[in-house]
Amino acid sequence: MAVSQPVVIPPSSKAAPPVRQNGRWSGYAHLLAARMKEMRREPEVIFWVFVFPLLLAIGLGIAFREKPANTTSIAIVAGPQAQNALDLLHRSAQSSAIHADVVPLQQAEQAFRLGKYDLLVQPDDHGGFQYRYDPARPESVLSRNEVDDALQNAAGRKNPLSTSSVVSNKPGARYIDFLIPGLLGMNIMNAAMWGIGFALVDMRQRKLLKRFVGTPMRRSDFMLALASSRLLLMIIEVAILLGAGILIFHMEVLGSWLTILLISAIGAIAFSGVGLLTACRAQKIETASGLINVVMMPMWILSGVFFSYARFPAVCQPFLKALPLTALNDALRATILQGSSLASQADRILVMVIWGGVSFVLAVRWFRWT
Amino acid sequence: MSTAILCQDLRKSYDGKLEAVRGLNLEIQSGECFGLLGPNGAGKTTTIEILEGLLSPSSGKVTVLGRTWQREERELRERLGISLQETRLSEKLTVRETLELFASFYRRPRATGEVLAELQLQEKADAWVGKLSGGQRQRLAVATALVGNPEILFLDEPTTGLDPQSRRQLWDIVRDFQKQGGTILLTTHYMDEAERLCDRLAIMDHGQVITEGTPAELIAKLGGNHVIEFAVSENGSKIPMERWRGLPGVESVWPEDGLISLNVREPHLTIPVLLDAVASQGAKLQHLTTRQASLEDVFVRLTGRHLREN
Ligand SMILES: Nc1ncnc2c1ncn2[C@@H]1O[C@H](COP(=O)(O)OP(=O)(O)O)[C@@H](O)[C@H]1O
Ligand SMILES: [Mg+2]
Repeated sequence: MAVSQPVVIPPSSKAAPPVRQNGRWSGYAHLLAARMKEMRREPEVIFWVFVFPLLLAIGLGIAFREKPANTTSIAIVAGPQAQNALDLLHRSAQSSAIHADVVPLQQAEQAFRLGKYDLLVQPDDHGGFQYRYDPARPESVLSRNEVDDALQNAAGRKNPLSTSSVVSNKPGARYIDFLIPGLLGMNIMNAAMWGIGFALVDMRQRKLLKRFVGTPMRRSDFMLALASSRLLLMIIEVAILLGAGILIFHMEVLGSWLTILLISAIGAIAFSGVGLLTACRAQKIETASGLINVVMMPMWILSGVFFSYARFPAVCQPFLKALPLTALNDALRATILQGSSLASQADRILVMVIWGGVSFVLAVRWFRWT
Repeated sequence: MSTAILCQDLRKSYDGKLEAVRGLNLEIQSGECFGLLGPNGAGKTTTIEILEGLLSPSSGKVTVLGRTWQREERELRERLGISLQETRLSEKLTVRETLELFASFYRRPRATGEVLAELQLQEKADAWVGKLSGGQRQRLAVATALVGNPEILFLDEPTTGLDPQSRRQLWDIVRDFQKQGGTILLTTHYMDEAERLCDRLAIMDHGQVITEGTPAELIAKLGGNHVIEFAVSENGSKIPMERWRGLPGVESVWPEDGLISLNVREPHLTIPVLLDAVASQGAKLQHLTTRQASLEDVFVRLTGRHLREN
């Protein structure tokens, strides 16, 4: 007889509704997951954090790419002697490096002012030439020398000394190699300042911080989750930018990836501290954006992102080197381009740690959850 | 019955000048639904946030479930549920994710599915918070307060700005919570909400409690449960107020917007005499209505102002 037995319900299952029990790190894990989901669902974040730096790298990399033979563009002022000048240039050894147009005087002058030509060559009445150049423009000076050599040699000048040149633009010494670590540093700063500073003020303005504080949530878990989300994102940023450098621009990474990640992480944490400080009291996101931009903008220019800060006067150098972004950029460049170790950059690490540490301590003291 | 919330001589001034709360005493029993009723700026939010431990008072004493905020904050947080007057939850998380997040903060939260069902949010469980209607958002806000399985529920203006149906839905949720043994403290500037939902209430104005009791008690304090409002023609407008005050069954008189309001115990006795009095002055009655007295009348009588005016 196949009669099903009635299921015996143990007494415990009739008691109070199932209570689930949360572990120590449940809050942290959920905060981190929520933060990552929110960012993934925010198109602006994806754009500014991942796409924008990539576009910047590609755009600047193409604009400043090494021209094949470093050509110069010059204008030969139209006149009876213009053809003579052209012939001389064509005969010269440098002919492939000089692009010459024959243009009426007025038009040539205007184009020169606009930077289309590096040099004006004006035949004079005695079979010679007059150069017009701008000593403030390096390429104009170079062009004058090059064209002068070309014309003189083609006209039969004999050099007393035999010399030769070899081209040297190996990966590692090009503008794009300089640029990519700088962009990486800038991106780590931008993302940390916005990802921490702006996010916090936004949550404060929405009264979400206050709402969280109204639960048993541990405040340290909240901060830790915010910082962890930053570090996770940073790893992706490093991979994308350096990946683009390697794949598109054939960049060579000499240092170890672990060192690069460690330096990036120290930078990200330092700027998270600075971001926390800028956000510690602001009630409105407008105030926060203003503060964040005031902190970041000087460093875009002063910390050697797009060009070397060595161009600033010598008296400024100690101050520039004390900026956190300068330290981060220098450390990234030394590691990526020269293969320097972490230990050899203790001074730069120290600069970042001090900025991050002092900001963090002040931020915690002044922080308002409401 | 034990005391759930107790506060004594609570005071709060912002920036050292403005006194938002001026000497407040409240005693709220376990299992009751207590309301703070008052106009905007009365100090309701300030009061409830002090009791929630989110603001510190300038002076005064607060105990919640027999504990103080200074000494046992974390323990208290496990046992309270809070919905602020205005919180904008993250728009790009789903309803379920939001509730899971809040549940993760508590040692022993309720099952989120059960809370979603209770607040009629299952259909929207996988929708982004940004796509919810006002009523659904407010229910989610209350859900985040209930998911921790609290003993006391704090609700600051839970139905402000909601349509009538959403308001009633929320009232049902509050009643269910109370039926399961919960204690509720809510603030509102809707007198109908206070009247229907609260066992007891305190009417607040300018940072002070001006009167306190059950809705029925407060209305009874007016003297009569009925209000007669009338207007007389031009030649009757010179009749002094004392004349109306002297009519049988009239407890009090106050003029309002060209009308005269009488608080009466028994309209069927007062109205005939009123008509005679008007006629004897050679005046004509231009308007006459009677209605049940409400908490609004209580507030108007005590302050000379309406709850909703600003
Ligand atoms: N953070 C604050 N700073 C200064 N004044 C405030 C602040 N919050 C509220 N107030 C003032 O305190 C008074 C009471 O406000 P509130 O408690 O929000 O009243 P209610 O909730 O009853 O509308 C109001 O006059 C308000 O302007
Ligand atoms: Mg309020």
